[in-house]
Amino acid sequence: MELTERHVEGLKHLLYKMADDLLIIGHRNSEWTGMGPILEEDIAFSSMAQDKIGQSLAIYNILHEMGEQEPDTVAFTRNASSFHCSQLVEQPIGEYDFSLVRHFLYDYADAIRFDMLSNSIFEPLAMVCKKFRGELKYHTMHANIWIKDLAEGNEESKTRIQNALNKAYPMALSLFEPSEFDKELSEAEIFSGEAKCRTIWEKEVGTVILEAGLEIPQVSDPEEYYGGRSGKHTEHLQPLLDEMTEVFQIDPTADW
Amino acid sequence: MKIVSLDPRVNRSSINETEESVVLKKLDQFQTYEVFAQTKRGVHHVHVGSVHAANKKIAVLFAKEQYARRGKCVNIWVVKTSDIATTEYEDSDIFDTLDEKTHRNPESYKVLNRIKEYKERTSK
Repeated sequence: MELTERHVEGLKHLLYKMADDLLIIGHRNSEWTGMGPILEEDIAFSSMAQDKIGQSLAIYNILHEMGEQEPDTVAFTRNASSFHCSQLVEQPIGEYDFSLVRHFLYDYADAIRFDMLSNSIFEPLAMVCKKFRGELKYHTMHANIWIKDLAEGNEESKTRIQNALNKAYPMALSLFEPSEFDKELSEAEIFSGEAKCRTIWEKEVGTVILEAGLEIPQVSDPEEYYGGRSGKHTEHLQPLLDEMTEVFQIDPTADW
Repeated sequence: MKIVSLDPRVNRSSINETEESVVLKKLDQFQTYEVFAQTKRGVHHVHVGSVHAANKKIAVLFAKEQYARRGKCVNIWVVKTSDIATTEYEDSDIFDTLDEKTHRNPESYKVLNRIKEYKERTSK
């Protein structure tokens, strides 16, 4: 099937939101490096954060092949309003319970999206999604075991996980903010759309939450955290970008 | 007084400076698990190190990132360190006579020579 201009535009939008989510959550999670709860978890969490940056690079590379700028330029020279990440990923790391629950909610969404896109007729993206299957499987396995263990730990750990879930779950719905391209991308068998992604996600994370003896949070306004996909962000993103690009800005032409 | 650092993450955490030193108590650390990694299906698992973990599922999670992040690995075992029975170093003389018993070493059978002879014979 021939890709129309509209398909290409939709694809770029899809790729930008995926890559930006990965870059920002990767950076956020790397803020735990050297400060994790125990040495082994610090290393595991940092390593997964690094995986996220690697995955974002792979997607920025596809965008580059489609005529967008170099990955470094795209990652380090845009302002918050040009980022398409969801409002979930830009939230500060908070305490470890929040970071862990966000990792759980985000990585399930990521794994589902990558799995769906492994069958995309857009071959470069399908190949990238297949390549990272193993990494994502480990990330969800890690999240899963921690969520269940802490939920079954003691009263304090259970309360903390439930509270973090109540806070992060409504934010996580912003990952599935519908896009104007969803219908066309779905008809072209490029991507089956945000609504489908969300349905699978609700079922999968819901299963883990209930198995862990926790409650699925009730969300009064699912659109509360929408806007990230079109550049509307919380006050937390710009300071993150300033910090992330601090070294790059000293000499943008430096060869590393 | 808050600790001031070049690391913005430290400043954000607003940690109070304290004179007291922290003394670790026994069991402040999780128990350890020994990690065995296999590089290829069918070959032996090889001991690669240990991890601290609250239970064996978490030990597997940690073992993967600590010891199988670089290089090839297809499978991991973890065993609680306290579950391993060992000999004592002071008893290491129980191994002493092994060096003399060359008949226990495969080299003493001269199998390789025979294989070589057989190959030469059959290849003619």
